[in-house]
Amino acid sequence: MQSSKIWKTIRLCLAAGLMATTSVAAFAAEPLKVAFVYLGPVGDGGWTQQHDMARKKLEAALGSAIKTTYVENVPETADSERVFRQLAADGNKLIFATSFGYMESLQKVAKLFPDVKFEHVNGFKTAPNISVYEPRFEEGFYLIGVVAGQMTKSNTLGFIGSFPIPSVMRNVDSMTLGALSVNPKVKMKPIWVNTWYDPGKERQAADTLIAQGADAVAQNTDSPASIQAAQEKGTYAFSIDADMSSFGKKAQLTGSTEDWSGYYIAETKKVLDGSWTGNRHTRWGIKEGMVVMAPLNPDIPPAAVKIFEDKKAAIVAGTLNPFAGPIKDSTGKEMVAANAAMSDATFNSLNWYVEGVEGSVPK
Amino acid sequence: MLRLERRATPSSTMSIASPLLAAAGMLVTGFLLFSALGKDPLEAFYLFFIKPLSSTYGIGELLLKTTPLLLCGLGLALGFRANVWNIGAEGQLTMGAIAGGGVALWFGDSDSSFAMPLMLLAGILGGMAWAAIPAFLRTRFNTNEILVTLMLVYIAQLMLSWLVHGPWRDPQGQNYPQSQGFGDAETMSVLINGTRVTWGIVYAVGLALIAWVFSEKTFAGFRMQVAGLAPAAAAYAGFSEKRNIWIALMLCGATAGLAGICEVAGPIGRLQQEISPGYGFAAIIVAWIGRLHPIGVVFGALLMSLLYLGGEAAQMGMGLPSAITGLFQGLLLFYLLAADLFIYFRLKRVGVVESPEPKPAIRVEGAV
Amino acid sequence: MNPLIPMIASTVLAATPLIYAALGETVVERSGVLNLGIEGMMLIGAVAGFAATRSSGSDAVGFLAAAAAGVALSLIFGFLTLNLQTNQVATGLALTLFGIGLSAFVGHNLAGLPVARLAPITIPGLTAIPVIGDLLFHYDIMVYLSVALFIGVQWFLTKSRAGLTLRAIGESPGVAHAIGKPVLTTRYLAVMFGGATAGIAGAYLSLVQTPMWVEGMSAGKGWIALALVVFGTWKPARVVIGAYLFGGVTQFQLFAQGFGLPIPTEFLSMLPYAATVVVLVIICRDPKTILLNQPASLGHSFHSAA
Repeated sequence: MQSSKIWKTIRLCLAAGLMATTSVAAFAAEPLKVAFVYLGPVGDGGWTQQHDMARKKLEAALGSAIKTTYVENVPETADSERVFRQLAADGNKLIFATSFGYMESLQKVAKLFPDVKFEHVNGFKTAPNISVYEPRFEEGFYLIGVVAGQMTKSNTLGFIGSFPIPSVMRNVDSMTLGALSVNPKVKMKPIWVNTWYDPGKERQAADTLIAQGADAVAQNTDSPASIQAAQEKGTYAFSIDADMSSFGKKAQLTGSTEDWSGYYIAETKKVLDGSWTGNRHTRWGIKEGMVVMAPLNPDIPPAAVKIFEDKKAAIVAGTLNPFAGPIKDSTGKEMVAANAAMSDATFNSLNWYVEGVEGSVPK
Repeated sequence: MLRLERRATPSSTMSIASPLLAAAGMLVTGFLLFSALGKDPLEAFYLFFIKPLSSTYGIGELLLKTTPLLLCGLGLALGFRANVWNIGAEGQLTMGAIAGGGVALWFGDSDSSFAMPLMLLAGILGGMAWAAIPAFLRTRFNTNEILVTLMLVYIAQLMLSWLVHGPWRDPQGQNYPQSQGFGDAETMSVLINGTRVTWGIVYAVGLALIAWVFSEKTFAGFRMQVAGLAPAAAAYAGFSEKRNIWIALMLCGATAGLAGICEVAGPIGRLQQEISPGYGFAAIIVAWIGRLHPIGVVFGALLMSLLYLGGEAAQMGMGLPSAITGLFQGLLLFYLLAADLFIYFRLKRVGVVESPEPKPAIRVEGAV
Repeated sequence: MNPLIPMIASTVLAATPLIYAALGETVVERSGVLNLGIEGMMLIGAVAGFAATRSSGSDAVGFLAAAAAGVALSLIFGFLTLNLQTNQVATGLALTLFGIGLSAFVGHNLAGLPVARLAPITIPGLTAIPVIGDLLFHYDIMVYLSVALFIGVQWFLTKSRAGLTLRAIGESPGVAHAIGKPVLTTRYLAVMFGGATAGIAGAYLSLVQTPMWVEGMSAGKGWIALALVVFGTWKPARVVIGAYLFGGVTQFQLFAQGFGLPIPTEFLSMLPYAATVVVLVIICRDPKTILLNQPASLGHSFHSAA
């Protein structure tokens, strides 16, 4: 009885092997296979978890029309290329690559599989079958700054950075600009920890900033360590990627989180109806629902909430651009003229601090 | 009750049978594990062990991943034989990538035929230079190499991070932390069309053969083994401990450095922040699975490489979370390590046996 | 408040898990066994401690569960290396792989859940003293217990009979065995002790330092603990100093950054690693010291027929 089951399985395996080798083109009625490649584990409580939540929402929304697969803990080494290639060879027709370090691997694999569509987060290299998507984090961090600037008593803000790459530099700068827009006296102190994830070190960085007088600290690293530190010290903090208020109800004022599901559903539908195109660079912000502000802390006074809501509405309406001029860098040099917007080239490769940020950019 | 008894000589039957025993144990455990999780064990086995090898590309990937594991494993095995506890091959690999990659960037898009040999040489020298630090500190200041080699891993990785964020960043790369792509002459050519495997695997296997000759047939190799087996005897025979430490660390630095440059000049094609998913650490297991024998290390590296690929295939094929594949890989290694027991010991029913002289450890674990 | 005090408090918070893990490993290595699986045991401890505290509401239960989980994992290592004579280095690494996988598997429903942090204890009269109270009497119970653990390990290794036996076994298991010392039992107990402390170290991460569970949350602390044992030349006092030094230098470099030092942060991040090497060189430069300290049989299997 047991053995008959085993034989059945062996036959199945053989059949699967045969199918893999003969690699039949997808059957017409087959669901669209959609794959997700994650840098971290799905249970990371932040970046990857948000992507996986969106994957589940995608499954719920499109049901039997699609079938999703994910691979977690894929490093940005030579290994990612094999994973993409294998997923494409396995018949996945739409593949979401959820870390910018996959950029070069995607370029290579996309050439080999012209009929597979690739979507890459935060990168800048597209192709006829690669489109890039990116949240407007700067909107979220600008609003974080608006709250921080109003709530700080010491007029000193802190920022725990991972690595000084443009997508993180934009967050330091936009948070500072947001804070300055409501409180011209604020100063921003950034600390770089040279890691995306090390709760112990993030915790030490948060303690340091608090000891140096920063009473509203945001982070661009992955753990809720800074929120926990603020909760204990009675200062403020902001979550990133996911709502982390469960780690510090009093401390978390708001946060910048992502909801990728809208984009994933829209893009998958495009593939299903044949309207998907490559070579696009999509930036979605608060208006499109890709950037979502975490719930506001009830301790924020109504007047401050009002300013926050007004600014948020202005961002959604397109009348407020966080990087509108005039903007000076931290040495006082004018980088964006008054009545001008920051150029795409500057925005994409941003590597300087705006006025109000202390210190010099680590080179 | 059963008890272990040391064999007078290692069993040659068992040295072949033990991997098979391990495989049997693994299959049983895997069967139970996957069944308990409600997954089909046979499908899991198929994905773990067969699917990765079912195409030319798959075999190419196996060899590609074997290359750094084998190179690092070889150097480490020679060191462990001499009782040198280098656990920082990852750092030496990183430094090899930095040095060789630096040469590649210096050549730019030049099609000079000197580029590749110089890159490989620089990679080797970079790894050696990084390994020279623990060698110098150990021989001159008596500083334990476990700590120094481990700390130098972190330092090398931060150095690479600084280079790709700072001076060596691609000027056209929108300030992303990676260097320019290497030119065609600065990229290793592919060995088998349609795969990514490079000449690196040929160097690695060639070096394994050389290492075999070195360790079995040369006097230096003999000295190192003696030093590992019986330090007192080695000292008595006038073999210099310092020289052995230097040789062990330089060899490993060289092979790990070569692994680093082969990785960045091969499948990666540029310098970037992450270049290795921990090959230098995994190679420690490879060295011991290969019983510290250069030819054994070849098999160890192939197996370890297959475990990586199989874990990925199981994730993609059946949606097994990476936690399960990690767990299964750990179990496999336990079995492999445990099965070697039967080479040196036999099971016996309890009786009074006289206690043999305890032998130096390395013989128990390593020498074949 | 003087910013130095919170800096010191933060250093203590960072150093405490390292102290637990490294003191345990010191005892293990003193018995001649090298267990590279600390990282795996810490993660198992972290997830077990978190789960137990969440379901019981008691931190004591959490730490006990963490210790038990660490012991359970260390028994696998003990069985393989001590009974089956597998290589210790490779087995330890395999244990780390296994522990990372197992903890992630067990804890996959726990990610993102909160747990109340183990609160600092207030000592009537002492905590209220200005400066000194903040500096010395403002910690959670596990910090004080780490000091107790240090004293206990120090006493055990240098003063107790059992400790002498353990060291003798670490130096020369053959001789110890010949004079009737229980090599296997002693090493088993040492390995289990190391498992318990590594488990507690992990729980300190998931219950105190950053009260939560996330896969791989130890982020390499197990390796640092291992390095600290060598740094301390197998002496408990130096191991503890090493842990504070490592935490302190990390704190210092972050503090320096807050003042906007124009040095690439990668170089600042290198400081704790470089400092550990430099200080060890200074400690060991006399060629005789380390030879007297490294357990002679470290990493070597021992088999007796009796």
